[in-house]
Amino acid sequence: MSAATPVALGERAMSEDETGTTRTTLVTPDMEARKGVWGSERVSPPISESDIRKWAIAVYWPETPPPIFWDAAYAATTRWGGIIAPPDFNPFAWPIVTERPEKKKADRPKGPKLRGMNGGQVETYGVPMRPGDVISARNRLRDWEERDTRLGLTLFSYSELEWRNQRDELIKRRVSTAILY
Amino acid sequence: MTINVYFEDVNVGDALPEWSRQTDFMHWNRYAAVNDEFIPIHMDDEAGRKALNEQGAFGMGNLRYAYIVNALQDWIGDEAQIREIGCEFRAINQKNDVLTVVGTVTEKKMADGEHQLVLDIDVVNQDGKKTCPGHAVVAVPARG
Repeated sequence: MSAATPVALGERAMSEDETGTTRTTLVTPDMEARKGVWGSERVSPPISESDIRKWAIAVYWPETPPPIFWDAAYAATTRWGGIIAPPDFNPFAWPIVTERPEKKKADRPKGPKLRGMNGGQVETYGVPMRPGDVISARNRLRDWEERDTRLGLTLFSYSELEWRNQRDELIKRRVSTAILY
Repeated sequence: MTINVYFEDVNVGDALPEWSRQTDFMHWNRYAAVNDEFIPIHMDDEAGRKALNEQGAFGMGNLRYAYIVNALQDWIGDEAQIREIGCEFRAINQKNDVLTVVGTVTEKKMADGEHQLVLDIDVVNQDGKKTCPGHAVVAVPARG
């Protein structure tokens, strides 16, 4: 995990790559081609009550997790009418297929090698996940902006992840920021 | 049905009840098991040191995010819903750190037909270091 460091507006308007070549933009033709284009869709296995219970035990360890995540009788008395998953539950853990087409090395974005930092993330949530749900996920490079910072020319790249259930209801949307320089 | 928080009873400036965990391999390994996150830097001290963390293996950012979710969910209760969480991972979760989720209500609003509360949030360690500053939005019931 890399720490995100605040970047100040600053000193240099251009950046040099590892060969010493001065660049006036970090945006590559590959990025332009991929901007806004959704990648291939992944589909999760059906979510089970046991998946949710084990997730809740792990994230609440060593205390007992709330019954909404494991007690069907209690959950039936809530507005949800049954067990729901925590919003950060990951139904894509433990895939049988471990490599998606766009992850293949040959298909990776081409361009100069840059240093990077995790600039954080924002997740917005729609309906909760429930036992039996099958979740579809897709990603895209949403957009970016370039600014002159104390790191030199710096690219703030925004990737978007979207999850929907089998009724096409939005589960969550995550926008992650990568800081590249 | 139990309602923990009514919109009308919350004021700007109110604090989120603190939510803490002392974290180590017992927590990280369980999280790795459910999230399929068996990454050497979170499991092996030598790998952690190779990644330039002198103290060895360190905790997952995703688990710290889960603690934020838990703190919010425990406060608002089962009749309410988390709508948004945003944060930055700014420091490493070392072994035996005591992580505490803190937050303050900064705004009350109506949005999308819901009564929503906006909070500044963070996860601080035992030294008071801010490790995960951010914000959250929750939708809570109103007395109507």
